[in-house]
Amino acid sequence: MLNKIETLEFEVNMLLEAILFRYGYDFRHYARASLERRVLNRVQLSGLNSISDMIPRIMHEPNFFNLFLKDMSITVTEMFRDPFVFKQIRDSVFTQLKTYSRVNIWHAGCATGEEVYSMAIMLKEEGLLKRTQIYATDFNNHSLEIAAKGIYPAGKMKQFTENYINSGGRESFADYYQAKYECAKLTESLKEHITFANHNLIKDQVFAQMHLVMCRNVLIYFDQNLQNRVLDLFKQSLIHRGFLILGDKESLDFSAVNESFDKYQYPERIYRRSAYV
Amino acid sequence: MSPLINISIPSAFTGVALMYEVIVIGVSAGGLHALAQIIPELKKGYPLAVVIVQHRLNDHNDFLAQYLNNLSELEVKEPQAFESILPSHIYVAPAGYHLLIERNKKFSLSVDPPISYSIPSIDVLFQSAAICYQTKLIGLILTGANSDGADGIKTIKEYGGLVIVQEPSTAEVDFMPKAAINSTDVDHIIPLKQIGVFLKQLEFNRVKHE
Repeated sequence: MLNKIETLEFEVNMLLEAILFRYGYDFRHYARASLERRVLNRVQLSGLNSISDMIPRIMHEPNFFNLFLKDMSITVTEMFRDPFVFKQIRDSVFTQLKTYSRVNIWHAGCATGEEVYSMAIMLKEEGLLKRTQIYATDFNNHSLEIAAKGIYPAGKMKQFTENYINSGGRESFADYYQAKYECAKLTESLKEHITFANHNLIKDQVFAQMHLVMCRNVLIYFDQNLQNRVLDLFKQSLIHRGFLILGDKESLDFSAVNESFDKYQYPERIYRRSAYV
Repeated sequence: MSPLINISIPSAFTGVALMYEVIVIGVSAGGLHALAQIIPELKKGYPLAVVIVQHRLNDHNDFLAQYLNNLSELEVKEPQAFESILPSHIYVAPAGYHLLIERNKKFSLSVDPPISYSIPSIDVLFQSAAICYQTKLIGLILTGANSDGADGIKTIKEYGGLVIVQEPSTAEVDFMPKAAINSTDVDHIIPLKQIGVFLKQLEFNRVKHE
């Protein structure tokens, strides 16, 4: 007889197979502990009795699947989250980017876009925005819609402003948004050099040559096989001596591409493509 | 059963295994003082792994791990994603991340929304640890001012682990230990001063190979 834990694992496996079969999204290589939490949370929120009860609803109700997709995308993010990282990008990475006449930047797994706009603001202040194309991609269209609007709760602006200042921002952060009622809308001009697009790291391919790839706290949700797949994608996408920026608790140490990158600024997890041999 | 971890067992213990592999500790307000009473009791070679969630601001430094490392004979560190859990090590959840344990006894991290206003959250660590270690897990709730951990300790108990709570009258803030006691039929309620000694003697609790 199956014990409780084997049952849990089996039910989750069935659910993920059903999702793959019905919608083509492959969550089988997500790190299991977080995924199980999210699934069990959905069971509770939707008043279901078991994970198995999710399967018929996933199969027959696209709206229920959208709810699940949303569950899989909700993370904590802020503008200029980890200000010390953004400060280092401004201080040392931009010095290198300034040597190029055209710059491509890819925010892979951009979620609701806070870091994308943070990057755009810094590029603008350092005189780089006009020659830069930012690609902001995510697998979740709902997140992308929010990102493309650039509207965030006004209550968050205090934290964003504080982060901006700690990241070395020298202008008035209030100039970058207009607050109305409960919402703060970021300045339209920041969007001129950003393309928001659906891209699924699990199955889609390289689409342009990048000078900088930013992918923070996305890989922590993947198992090591999937991480290696995605990191190889970044490796292929980056130009000679291009930059890769990961979350500050992520690293290439246990990955298959470790040899292909140098640690450029390590506490900030800024890596650089090694010189080709 | 999952394979047993490879630890150095004195010859008298050959053929027997540790009854417990991991201690998870959840602590909030007043935690620095409480941990400073407990951690120094665990001496070099202590065969269990200890994993701590201490609520704190997301300040992105590893002050807590360094502070405890200075007090401890064991190595104290913040784990990276996918690091293996080793005996005789103390791991501290990094600020701003949930810390989880996967079934293969490796850490994972998440930036999921806070639980009980907390990231890292005690419930998140405890519930994932319970699934991984089941009867080989000990959960300990110390001083604190919110109810994070009350669900987690319940899950540990459900999966057959041992659950311990700091005697509330010895806690700087008694809300968290009380919430844990209310949620779960806990195995031991221990005054702060005796918790270190209790954990220390656990290394002598062994079971025959199954």
